[in-house]
Amino acid sequence: MNTIPVEAGLILAGILFMLGLISVLVRRNIIFMLISVEIMLNAAGLAFITAGAKWMQADGQIMFIFILTMAAAEVSVGLALILQIYHQLKTLDGDAANKMKG
Amino acid sequence: MKELLWLVPALPFLGALTLIIAGGNLKRGAVPFVGAGSVGLSALVSLLIGIDFLSGSQAPFEQHLWTWFDVDGFAPQVALYLDSLSLVFIFVITFVGFLIHVYSAEFMHDDEGYARFFTFLNLFVGSMLMLVLANNLVLLYLGWEGVGLCSYLLIGFWYQEEKNGYAARKAFIITRVGDTAMAIGLFMLFRTFATLNIQDILSQAPGVWQVGSEAAVAVGLLLLGGAVGKSAQLPLQSWLPDAMAGPSPVSALIHAATMVTAGVYLISRMFTIFELAPVAQMWVGIIGALTLLISGFSALTQYDLKRILAYSTISQIGYMFLALGVGAFSSAIFHFMIHAFFKALLFLGAGAVILLLHHEHDIFRMGGLRKKLPVIYWTFLIGAGSLAALPFVTGGFYSKDQILWFAYAGEKGNMWFLVAAMAGAFITALYTFRMVFVTFFGTEKTHVAHHAGKAMTIPLVVLAILSTVGGFIELPHTMGHIQLFSDYLKPVLPAISLKDGIESSEWIIQLIAGGLSLSGVYIAYYLYVQSPKTVDRIKISISALHGYWFSGWGFDDLYNFLFVKPFLWLSRANKADVVDKAYDGVVVSTDYFHRGFAWTQSGIMRWYMMGIVIGTILVVTLSLIYY
Amino acid sequence: MITFYIAATVAVLATIMVITRYNMIHALLYLVVSFLAIAIVFYVLGAPFMAALEVIVYAGAIVVLIIFVIMMLNLKQEAVDQEREWLTPNTYVGPALLSIILLAELVYMISTSGNTPIQDNVIEANKVGYSLYTTYVIGVELCGILLMSGIVGAYHLGRQKKKVVHRFLELKEE
Repeated sequence: MNTIPVEAGLILAGILFMLGLISVLVRRNIIFMLISVEIMLNAAGLAFITAGAKWMQADGQIMFIFILTMAAAEVSVGLALILQIYHQLKTLDGDAANKMKG
Repeated sequence: MKELLWLVPALPFLGALTLIIAGGNLKRGAVPFVGAGSVGLSALVSLLIGIDFLSGSQAPFEQHLWTWFDVDGFAPQVALYLDSLSLVFIFVITFVGFLIHVYSAEFMHDDEGYARFFTFLNLFVGSMLMLVLANNLVLLYLGWEGVGLCSYLLIGFWYQEEKNGYAARKAFIITRVGDTAMAIGLFMLFRTFATLNIQDILSQAPGVWQVGSEAAVAVGLLLLGGAVGKSAQLPLQSWLPDAMAGPSPVSALIHAATMVTAGVYLISRMFTIFELAPVAQMWVGIIGALTLLISGFSALTQYDLKRILAYSTISQIGYMFLALGVGAFSSAIFHFMIHAFFKALLFLGAGAVILLLHHEHDIFRMGGLRKKLPVIYWTFLIGAGSLAALPFVTGGFYSKDQILWFAYAGEKGNMWFLVAAMAGAFITALYTFRMVFVTFFGTEKTHVAHHAGKAMTIPLVVLAILSTVGGFIELPHTMGHIQLFSDYLKPVLPAISLKDGIESSEWIIQLIAGGLSLSGVYIAYYLYVQSPKTVDRIKISISALHGYWFSGWGFDDLYNFLFVKPFLWLSRANKADVVDKAYDGVVVSTDYFHRGFAWTQSGIMRWYMMGIVIGTILVVTLSLIYY
Repeated sequence: MITFYIAATVAVLATIMVITRYNMIHALLYLVVSFLAIAIVFYVLGAPFMAALEVIVYAGAIVVLIIFVIMMLNLKQEAVDQEREWLTPNTYVGPALLSIILLAELVYMISTSGNTPIQDNVIEANKVGYSLYTTYVIGVELCGILLMSGIVGAYHLGRQKKKVVHRFLELKEE
């Protein structure tokens, strides 16, 4: 099989990360923000796997496992918080939770 | 005996201190004992010291008390210096002061601020003694400022009335201008001589400065500025008539006998500098001559009894300045002594008249007091005679006549000074006896409320005797040639040198002077006793000039226009305080930035994310650029 | 290699679709597609175990969890309309600009560092496991703690203290 340049993998990770970033900045709905964060985390994990494949070590994959674990925990806690916000504010608007302003 | 010199200023200060601490608690009768007693004791001590001094070698005596401070080699001492000149001054200050204190014991008896009055008076006497006894200019300046302060406190003594406060502030501010000039003069002296010890300066000055050098002239003019302020001469004379808002004993002590003569003391003490700066000395004379004429004309138009006397004081000090200007130093001091006696007498008498007529100040509403108040009438007449320099019998004749003679015959004298002095003498006699005739003769217009007690009349009698007898210690050449006073002052002040071949014409001057004063008396009699209608006609025909003289030659309006109005305008324009705006500007800009930054904390998460992204871009860009 | 590029293209396109949908469920479905494509990329890069894990945990658990919560919120058409209203094209301008700048810098950094190819090497699962339980055993423990705190936190934060009243009844209360 022909070899893939490592830059391609990293650039792919970068593109996915940028897309996730755009989505976080644009979206006003909290759930969409959470989804976008997941996209970004996934892209970071892809970068790690690529790096691990380049150096032919298992460390990249181990890092990806950790990222995965963290993402899972984060999503569960985040969703619980979203439920609470929806319960209190009756809306999924992120701008409604601005009591910390000033 | 001379070691007791320190008691002379210390006793009045002690009296003031006692009254400050315990004055409120003392019984009414005890207060004058402390107040007048301290000055009386001081007078006694100075008498003893005087006897000791005169019977001895009359060499200067210096008593060193302590070093005031020591900074980088400049160490003014608190030290008292007694010589003939300062002895004259402490005699006058303590004796006349004591008599005035006794008088005030009765005059101010019903006043609420009885103890406060004596406190301030004692403080004043202490400061004045400090001024004349100081051996260095810093201590002199301390006394100078002290008397200025007490003058303010005493003019505004009845502070509940606004106009008294204005008068007090006016006095203080105008003399302050003079004090600043004097301070600059002191700085220049220190820069040249590295010491402010008076005797050191006087002995070193001829070696350092040539006659007529610019530095000497500058220092002389600055010291003259200080003297002009305190002594109420041109151009700083407008405070003295308004200072009559204070009680009459204050006017007698401060504004007739002592504080206003501080300028005369200063100039005569620093005579070497003036001898080294003939220009400055000439200006002393010119200012004296101009002032005596200007205030004489103003006194002619006044109708407030005390204001006439105030203008008269300005005029007489003008004579002293004239004498200093032509180099007749001892004549100036002689006139100071005699003037202290009769002017204090006149003020105390005026105070008695005003008090007994229930605070009536207008002389045209008095009259006929000759029969009702005999003691006051006779003492007042003696004082007025001395002021007008009636020939032969009054002390004023001898002192003023000497000044007139030296104004013409002295080496630095000239015709203009003589003419001014003679015109002044005529006007003096005129306004003095105008005052006497209108107040004491004629029909009684205001009823006498009660009579004066012994505490008020005895000082009047004593001062009357002194103003008559005091003149006999210095008789001119043509009348017995007694030179007790000028001989006494000779070791300290230089004697005047006359122009060549002029001595024979002395009697002409005396004749003219005597004639002028007598004719002044006669014209006053004619105008005010025999035909008062002529006065009204004259007044109408020169009414504009009359108004101008009445307002003191418009100096108040001039200063109001030049200084007061611009200053008030400036302070009103700066009501928002420009400097404060600069500090406010710091606050405002901080607040602005704060608001700006607070706006970014909107609570909206997307903005925070945006901030993070922008930050990341910046960091990455910077790292790309620099690596 | 071609597999890699096709999978990469699919992933990017799917992600673009995720970020432009108005309906949440549609976006999540596209997200699943994106994850599957990334799993293929992982397999090509020699990490088969990670590919499996991506599908199982990420696409299979996390996305499903999000879908459950969305179902629980019981959102109606009004949510879609709200999203349509909020997501106008000109809101994309600023973030797109910033992100493109960042991407450009990133591409620049990556491409200037050389052109090394990836060896055709597969890292087996047992190698990963071995490394995980010897060198990085601390990480494993910490992940365990993290997951437990996640569970506890999710339980605690998800608790409703008040009695949840049905929405129809809620509107009638004053």
